[in-house]
Amino acid sequence: MTDRKAETLGAILRKNGVSRRGFLKFCTTTASLMALPPSWVPTLALALEQARRPSVIWLSFQECTGCTESLTRSHSPSLESLIFDYISLDYHHTLQVASGTAAEAAREQAMHENAGKYLLVVDGSIPLGNPGYSTIAGISNLQMLKETAKGAAAIVAVGNCAAFGGLPKANPNPTGAVSVSDIITDKPIINVSGCPPIPVVITGVLAHYLTFGKLPELDQYNRPKVFFGTSIHDRCYRRPFYDKGLFASTFDDEGAKKGWCLYKLGCKGPMTYNACATAKWNQGTSWPVESGHGCLGCSEPDFWDAGGFYNALSIPIGDVSRNTAYAGAAGLVLGAAAAGLNRKTKAEAVRNHGKVSIDDLEKPS
Amino acid sequence: MIEPMDFLLWVRGSLFDVAVTVFVIGIIIRFFEILSLGRSKDLAEAKGTEFVPGIKTIITRTLPEQGTFKRQPLTIIAGYVFHVGLLVSLVLFIPHIELFRQTFGFGWPGLPNPIVDAAAVLGIVGLLAALWNRITNPVMKILTDNEDYLVWVLTFLPMITGYLAYHRMVNPYPLILGLHILSIELLMVFFPFTKLMHTFTLFLARWYNGAMSGRRGVES
Repeated sequence: MTDRKAETLGAILRKNGVSRRGFLKFCTTTASLMALPPSWVPTLALALEQARRPSVIWLSFQECTGCTESLTRSHSPSLESLIFDYISLDYHHTLQVASGTAAEAAREQAMHENAGKYLLVVDGSIPLGNPGYSTIAGISNLQMLKETAKGAAAIVAVGNCAAFGGLPKANPNPTGAVSVSDIITDKPIINVSGCPPIPVVITGVLAHYLTFGKLPELDQYNRPKVFFGTSIHDRCYRRPFYDKGLFASTFDDEGAKKGWCLYKLGCKGPMTYNACATAKWNQGTSWPVESGHGCLGCSEPDFWDAGGFYNALSIPIGDVSRNTAYAGAAGLVLGAAAAGLNRKTKAEAVRNHGKVSIDDLEKPS
Repeated sequence: MIEPMDFLLWVRGSLFDVAVTVFVIGIIIRFFEILSLGRSKDLAEAKGTEFVPGIKTIITRTLPEQGTFKRQPLTIIAGYVFHVGLLVSLVLFIPHIELFRQTFGFGWPGLPNPIVDAAAVLGIVGLLAALWNRITNPVMKILTDNEDYLVWVLTFLPMITGYLAYHRMVNPYPLILGLHILSIELLMVFFPFTKLMHTFTLFLARWYNGAMSGRRGVES
């Protein structure tokens, strides 16, 4: 284990039968994904080849394992997954769950040996309501996060739950779930949001860290700008249909068959910033909009509470039809009451209406 | 600081419910008030009919009046350009139609976005011209009070933020979409209690004008 850790990434890749050509192809893809100019590819390749495998500790809290599934399965056996294998993943409790106390020991060892240098990857939100809602080896999520974050060089919050609270935080948030950045404020945190995030986005962020020794440029939600800098809508291949006013109204109408815009079917692409439209999923096979389903907005904070997934973005979150009906009924009652008052006022006016004759006016007062 | 997405969720959520409630209750109460108070009884003997002059005035007041056009062409042109632009971008833009469909259960076909976009530009230009006219024309300036400026701002904000949101000229998009919706909510809250009510009362008012004049036997 110690020997392999000393080996460079390049040596490990060659040992595993990855050709130089294949490696450079990966570097080129990664560079273009990160919007680096082509002249940076050799730098990237050199840096990655010489990189010692950084120690990575992966903590999973209130999550569904979807993020881990996305990373470990969908890209295997691509180069991305090799890169992932050849960081030193010293602790990942989902993958190590059968190891019990040995896994916890590995985490503590990695923390001591690489104090101040290891990368901490977190998926899942942290419950503040009751520590017992989610524990690992008897340690509450909050305690484990605080402990492990102390010696981390940086923290990568993977998935919407770790980045923003995600599904556990959705209204009414029974566990009092919060994101990593709600708890840890003194470490660089990079949010790789999505439900789950795109695998190459994670590997891209890690590659950036290996190459430059620091985190990439981040947006206001601490997401890497290279992947979350443009909206789904701006990069959507169905965008021309939006502009032409051609929309699918159901999932099986003529418009849907012709591949028209999915706005009316609830696509949240206009408000969502992610790389799906360019990076795509399953090794570039497709992505939600290409497969005929609108974007859910899964890389945005609180997307679970942003109204019906199948309601157009312009439709308010509340039941606007019911509210209008209630307000209408209330208006009728109040209006009728006002009319009743007016009737009284008018009747009074009629009662008080006095007739005045010319003689009355000429009387000296 | 409030995050753009939180802001968008807020204006699409509870704030919209508040705005709709005020808007609907306000409009209905205003109508009850107008109709139940009515006009005071005219005790004088009728010199003509009410119905035909009432209908006639609804039509004539909707078309540009020649004398006014000659004296104040900008008032007429800016007024028409603005109102047509506003109406087209309000009721023929597909995201807006989807909101109506969700509320009332029915919708209607919309126009392609570039046409709506052009209409919105006309609306904005018309509104700016109307403001220019109010400020520079001495007669208009005397006739203008603070409420006129208020409703001008309340109308202008949704149009300009809608334009910016559609063209995605402000980043991040949730911020400008949120501002657009917020400006509509402001408009909706003020609507029943300002002269914006003319949207619903204009034909009623024109009818009253025509009918009263008809009854007195004068032209309206």
